[in-house]
Amino acid sequence: MADITELSIKAIRDGIVSGDFTAVETAAAFNARVAAAKDLNAFIVKTPDIAVDQAKAVDAAKADGKPLGKMAGVPIGMKDLFCTQGVQTTAASHILEGFIPTYESSVSGNLWASGAVMLGKLNLDQFAMGSSNETSYFGNVISPWRKSGSDAALAPGGSSGGSSTAVAARLCPGATGTDTGGSIRQPAAFTGITGIKPTYGRCSRWGVVAFASSLDQAGPMAHDVRDCAIMLEAMAGFDPKDSTSLNAPVPDWEVALNSDLNGKRVGIPKEYHMDGMDAEISALWDKGRDMLRDAGAEIVDISLPHTKYALPAYYIIAPAEASSNLARYDGVRYGQRDLPDGAGLQEMYAETRAAGFGDEVKRRIMIGTYVLSAGFYDAYYTQAQKVRTLIRRDFDTAFEQCDVILAPTTPTAAFELGEKSDDPLAMYLNDVFAVPASLAGLPAMSVPAGINSDGLPLGLQIIGPAMDEQSVLNAGLAIEERAGFTAKPEEWWT
Amino acid sequence: MTDYRIEGTTGAWEVVIGLEVHAQITSHSKLFSGSSTEFGNEPNTQVSLIDAAMPGMLPVPNMECIRQAVRTGLAINAQINTFSRFDRKNYFYADLPQGYQISQLYHPIVGEGVIEVQLDEKDPDSERRRIGVERIHIEQDAGKLMHDQHPTMSYVDLNRCGVALMEIVSMPDMRSPAEAGAYVKKLRSILRYVGSCDGNMEQGSMRADVNVSVRKPGGELGTRTETKNVNSIRFLQQVIEYEARRQVDLIEDGGEVVQETRLFDAEKQETRSMRSKEDAHDYRYFPDPDLLPVELEDGFIDECRASLPELPDAKRARYENELGVSAYNAAVLTADKETADWFEHMLAAGAPAKAASNWLLSELFGALNKRDKTLAQSPVSPQQAAELLALVADGTISGKIAKDVFEIMLETGQAPADIVQEQGLTQQSDTGAIEAVIADVLANNADKVAEYKGGKDRLFGFFVGQTMKAMQGKANPQVVNELLKRALNQ
Repeated sequence: MADITELSIKAIRDGIVSGDFTAVETAAAFNARVAAAKDLNAFIVKTPDIAVDQAKAVDAAKADGKPLGKMAGVPIGMKDLFCTQGVQTTAASHILEGFIPTYESSVSGNLWASGAVMLGKLNLDQFAMGSSNETSYFGNVISPWRKSGSDAALAPGGSSGGSSTAVAARLCPGATGTDTGGSIRQPAAFTGITGIKPTYGRCSRWGVVAFASSLDQAGPMAHDVRDCAIMLEAMAGFDPKDSTSLNAPVPDWEVALNSDLNGKRVGIPKEYHMDGMDAEISALWDKGRDMLRDAGAEIVDISLPHTKYALPAYYIIAPAEASSNLARYDGVRYGQRDLPDGAGLQEMYAETRAAGFGDEVKRRIMIGTYVLSAGFYDAYYTQAQKVRTLIRRDFDTAFEQCDVILAPTTPTAAFELGEKSDDPLAMYLNDVFAVPASLAGLPAMSVPAGINSDGLPLGLQIIGPAMDEQSVLNAGLAIEERAGFTAKPEEWWT
Repeated sequence: MTDYRIEGTTGAWEVVIGLEVHAQITSHSKLFSGSSTEFGNEPNTQVSLIDAAMPGMLPVPNMECIRQAVRTGLAINAQINTFSRFDRKNYFYADLPQGYQISQLYHPIVGEGVIEVQLDEKDPDSERRRIGVERIHIEQDAGKLMHDQHPTMSYVDLNRCGVALMEIVSMPDMRSPAEAGAYVKKLRSILRYVGSCDGNMEQGSMRADVNVSVRKPGGELGTRTETKNVNSIRFLQQVIEYEARRQVDLIEDGGEVVQETRLFDAEKQETRSMRSKEDAHDYRYFPDPDLLPVELEDGFIDECRASLPELPDAKRARYENELGVSAYNAAVLTADKETADWFEHMLAAGAPAKAASNWLLSELFGALNKRDKTLAQSPVSPQQAAELLALVADGTISGKIAKDVFEIMLETGQAPADIVQEQGLTQQSDTGAIEAVIADVLANNADKVAEYKGGKDRLFGFFVGQTMKAMQGKANPQVVNELLKRALNQ
């Protein structure tokens, strides 16, 4: 029998459904992989016993002849931003260290209901704020990839860096991610895997630790497009407990996958050609255009004129919402509390939050507090909301001329850990191609499409109209079939 | 009525008052969670994950609270905004788990409306004034801190946290404590009619923030102070009197009124500075990204309108104009929905309106007052009351006997007809029997008969009294009068 840990989500599910191997065997194989990969620091909490128990339930259901779910027996990693009942949930922060929810997030609950099995809680940037995983209180995740001829540790991307590393290192065939301004797509691009952020509202936010409510959206990260389609189906769905949840049926994306793009138009946004853009990224983008043309699509030049305002607008709106969303971590009801002798309420707040939040979180809380302050609100927040409207309109106009948009996912390949950690602006610039789709709430995916001269993976991004994940997945599949991306990181960590 | 003025050393001052009334919306569950809103339960027994602001929890609006706010707006003829939105008001406090209160700053659900008040509700001819309402918005209540449970710590009770409130903001249209009191009474009456708030100020389901400033009559508006959380009409009036006096004295002593938030000390009957504008919070309001805008369809608003009961002003006019009830009675009957309902139940049981209104306000209210009971605690039902009036109307008993029967009803709760039957109180209208008694009375008082016939007319009353006495008050007085006249004039 082939090594189960080399298989895709689809192959594992089909293997279990057809009886080639059991869910318990599968869980055991991945538990062993996870245990051997400590050096990657991808997991904050490992849950091997839960994985085995859930796998037993899948095997028992099969033995009883009961119907099995879309993710039957598939072991996954859960980003530690999703609340999991009875299992510590920290958002990679000190302030929530030791917090054990009494409830299960809607998305993780959907996954368990579809037969998925939990290997553990994945590391991330603290409160999902970061692009390199260096803001985690539990130490940074290390990418399984290395530049050819170098031992330097690389960033796995962020904030879903534990997820990207775990999938790339084959610690799990799929992992949940969340994307506020690129947190699924950028780490997927950095680690040579596939990740999709669906339309805002597809996946319930109920039970997901909030960063920026109007932008946060969960999605799957996996080896290929088909696996993403399968896993997204299991995660998505209307949730009356989330007022911003989309009240629409979840399409059968997997069944409708089709890489024949005849009659489809692919837009190339001219504003994404930026000064100083990595030549290899630029070349990859051209290659992607050729691949989609080869799949039958017509290539059209489009314009998204307000693109250059997206990043500044994002870094006003997201911190503004975060400054309010994170006010609940005050030491009163749960999580860490720092109460010096004889301290009053104000002192308890100050001490608890000073010790409980990392520098990047504090930076964003301060930015957010500032932009919402009396006298600055209109100049910053109101203005940023106007920009957001214009960016949405840019996309509406563009989608009159094309069915999907092709762009790079990131301006560069993975950088070294520590390379940008002292320069927040350089770090923020990493999200420049990802942020516009987040502001517009559109489905967007990163697909691995090539390797650079250092031997590192590069990703291409496909952005689709709201609710049309299918077109995004189909175009992604067309690239996947043509790019022939088979590179794997050398296994230095075991 | 003369204008209310504060006399200072520099002359008379006018007081300008605006009120922000916080009214708890009547609903079974909280504004954004399914927790119960019941009053007076053990601390922290009505707290959901959402109320406690656990990580990842999201608010979902309770449509019943939105409906009640719309109905309230319609009841004061206010603009209903088909687009409204919830905003976050950010501040840290231990009774506020989210670190923000969900409220409506930029787009409230109800716009401008008006409430007409009568300065003296007992006097139908007293001055009527129209007080503008600027807006009504919906917001969450906070929890409660308890500082007396532990020597060094404060405890937090989140039962009330997240309960829906309406904030009803008036225009600065009031000019005296009496006017402010009349406004709150009228507002409470409307809320109770509508059923959107129980109006119980003692339980905190209605409280007011009182904005007061002073100026020379008709002059420029002065700087205002805001006294928070005043929870009775008496306190409200004390706050206004105290603040107006304090501000006038301050200004006349060469000082300046500072825009600030104040607290009322009910024991000392004075207000105290809580925080000035300089240390006021910057609440950093912004639209709550967890919630969609509230967009109301015309059909929904129409349903809200159709569900409104007859409101006090309309009811009062109908009682006066259609039922012929006196202006005073109509005013008193309609001030409280409970009284009006009681009255209408009497009418439904067949009681004539005028007699019913008089009886209710004098006999029933008098009896209840004497027994220290509320209308809800009345031992007599509106149906029994109507039966009692019917017995008087059809001549079965006299008005005087009716009072005795009512006393027995109050003690025993028995039906009036049964009491009359049991005690043999039926009025005697049999002319033969009455004539026989009259003949006896006249025969026994031949001297008085002679005096009467000699011109001493006022002796007629004496003969009536003697006859009624002989018949133990059960004779029909009209019949007695007629027969006596006939007998004496023979």
